Amino acid sequence: MPKPNTSNRRIWLLITATAIIAALFIPFSQLVLHVQYDYTLRTVALGGALLGIVSGVLGCFAVLRRQSLLGDALSHAALPGVAIAFLLAGRDLALLLIGAGVTSWLGVWFIRLVTGTTRIKQDAAMGIVLAAWFAAGIALLVYIQARPDASQAGLDTFIFGQAAAIIERDVRLIASVGAVSFIVLALFWKEFKLITFDPEFAGANGFRVNLLSMTLSTLIVVAIVLGLQLAGVILMVGMLIASGIAARQWTNQLGQMVILSAVFGAFAGGAGAIVSAVDADIPTGPLIVVVAFLLVALSLGFAPGRGLVWTLLRQRSDRRRFAAQTILEDLYHYALDHGRADLPAPEPFLLGVRGATAREGLRQLLARGHVQRSNGAWMLTPAGIEAATRDDRNHQLWSLYRQYADDLNLPVIAEDRQQDIADALPPESVAKLEYKLDTIRNAATNAVTKN
Amino acid sequence: MSVHSGRDPQNDSATALEIDDLTVAYNSKPAIWDIDLRVPEGVLMAVIGPNGAGKSTLIKAALKLIPRAAGTVQFYGQPYEHVRGLVGYVPQRGSVDWDFPTTVLDVVSMGLYGRLGWIRRPGQSERESAMHALEQVGMQDFADRQISQLSGGQQQRTFLARALVQDARFYLMDEPFAAVDAVTERAIITILRQLRARGKTVVVVHHDLQTAPEYFDWVTLLNVEIVATGPIATTFTPENLRRTYGGRVAYLHEGQRIAGLEEE
Repeated sequence: MPKPNTSNRRIWLLITATAIIAALFIPFSQLVLHVQYDYTLRTVALGGALLGIVSGVLGCFAVLRRQSLLGDALSHAALPGVAIAFLLAGRDLALLLIGAGVTSWLGVWFIRLVTGTTRIKQDAAMGIVLAAWFAAGIALLVYIQARPDASQAGLDTFIFGQAAAIIERDVRLIASVGAVSFIVLALFWKEFKLITFDPEFAGANGFRVNLLSMTLSTLIVVAIVLGLQLAGVILMVGMLIASGIAARQWTNQLGQMVILSAVFGAFAGGAGAIVSAVDADIPTGPLIVVVAFLLVALSLGFAPGRGLVWTLLRQRSDRRRFAAQTILEDLYHYALDHGRADLPAPEPFLLGVRGATAREGLRQLLARGHVQRSNGAWMLTPAGIEAATRDDRNHQLWSLYRQYADDLNLPVIAEDRQQDIADALPPESVAKLEYKLDTIRNAATNAVTKN
Repeated sequence: MSVHSGRDPQNDSATALEIDDLTVAYNSKPAIWDIDLRVPEGVLMAVIGPNGAGKSTLIKAALKLIPRAAGTVQFYGQPYEHVRGLVGYVPQRGSVDWDFPTTVLDVVSMGLYGRLGWIRRPGQSERESAMHALEQVGMQDFADRQISQLSGGQQQRTFLARALVQDARFYLMDEPFAAVDAVTERAIITILRQLRARGKTVVVVHHDLQTAPEYFDWVTLLNVEIVATGPIATTFTPENLRRTYGGRVAYLHEGQRIAGLEEE
């Protein structure tokens, strides 16, 4: 279990490393990928990075509330809004996005209505909203494109997203709307955390859970709508949740998760946009999502504590430690049963009883200087005897704790025999247990002498 | 109310919780039906009944977490909204995601959010109160531990600490003894008794008939409707248990603690 301060340092190291890699990525892309940093690309990359921050931060809550699929349904549900807004008001980006927001928000509301009042489960409700709203959007879009009206050109970029469509005004929009949603998030941080973790308890304590939940969903809709132009309705969910999932692997604190997710989102958004500029035919949305997924894969593999590599290493070190402990006990008891703690036990006996564990354990104990080999047998060294005696005594004290914790009026703690009992209990409690152990041993010795 | 022996709720002490005509229905099937219940102040009361009897529903409806079809609930003579600060709640441990990225101390601090009100953040004094509550449940060494690393019993004690930090006068606990180890069960019952000794009223949804007479001094037997309520000595009887559980109560014969059941 890493101490909190080391885990804090780890997060800041990771954030710094990501920032350095992001900074180095710019000259790398110029030299190796021959990307031209013209005005358009700078705008697009900045827009992608800002969007990555906004969706990374809000996406954390979608992930933690198990609403990743809701995010997918919402972004698909935005498409008919774009089409309807175009039919009603023509090609004005702000209006198109407002239209997208309205139908997307209607989607959330409809899902909540259906799950709240019928027996239909949330996944089915999301599935039907996703399909129906998207179908309506596609139908309207095809209808619009068949019209003899030049201004409709490029409306279909909302499906897959297109970097070139981003202009300076859009970047300003993303930045300012993002800032407003961060302010809301910061103000109600405590409340959002509580309803995400334990909505029932929040309700019992007088917080308006439905209102807060709807506000949080609205913020998520805002992030989705902002990203539509760049990522498109189909892939927006990837931008929303990928960096949150990646960040979750590195930290156990909500605040750190949100900050890290913002950094990851910025990296994915910026780098994805830059790489897609290598060729005008490479779409931006898919590339951003691919970069974000690479971050997820790296995190799943290498994050300390949760990552695959870490888990494998920990399992190996556990196996070694347990093997060493088992064989130490075996040797100690074998020797004691035969009279003295430093008597050797024959190797075939140990291997026969424990097999591979014995080989592993003996290797570990030899490395620690706890055992030595003589004539095909293994015996404990003085250091080994000391360690074995200590382990044995610790084990007995734990057993006494389990039996007599009540009688001796000891503090209630969780049993962990791998731990030194002196680290788990206050000194006076350990003293009571040791006294008890000595009493029992003396009684046993006396009984033997009397006989 | 038919039971009058030992302590009489109407004369001995004030009424802490009063429920009248409470009905809650899910999909037009009543989960609890026409509940009339008085919980006198200062008792340690078990709510006992079979699965699906509406035990959790009763608690949630009392806290207005689910809509009521009919009825009123009053704590200390007032509706819940006016006395939230006096009532502490321990939900079922399984009702939250224990992989949520936060620490034990942070979860316990959530018990103070209601008192803090909107927007204000917990600070140093809240941390100290939370630490104190953790000490009471023997979890002070786990303060900075990530909650996904806790055992079931430790999760339950964390939830209990979150309720203790509220320093309420009335506690509602939903199955705190469900699937916990012996150490935790002992720790919880010790805390419940301390709460009673300090004059608090505690209502606990309980499923273990064996331990009920030992742990509690007051009981409500529930199976959609109230079967009986009153002091455990006179209410927790074989007839009442049979009226609550039907013939299924037979499995109790093992490790007999309920007097007179054998003759039945």
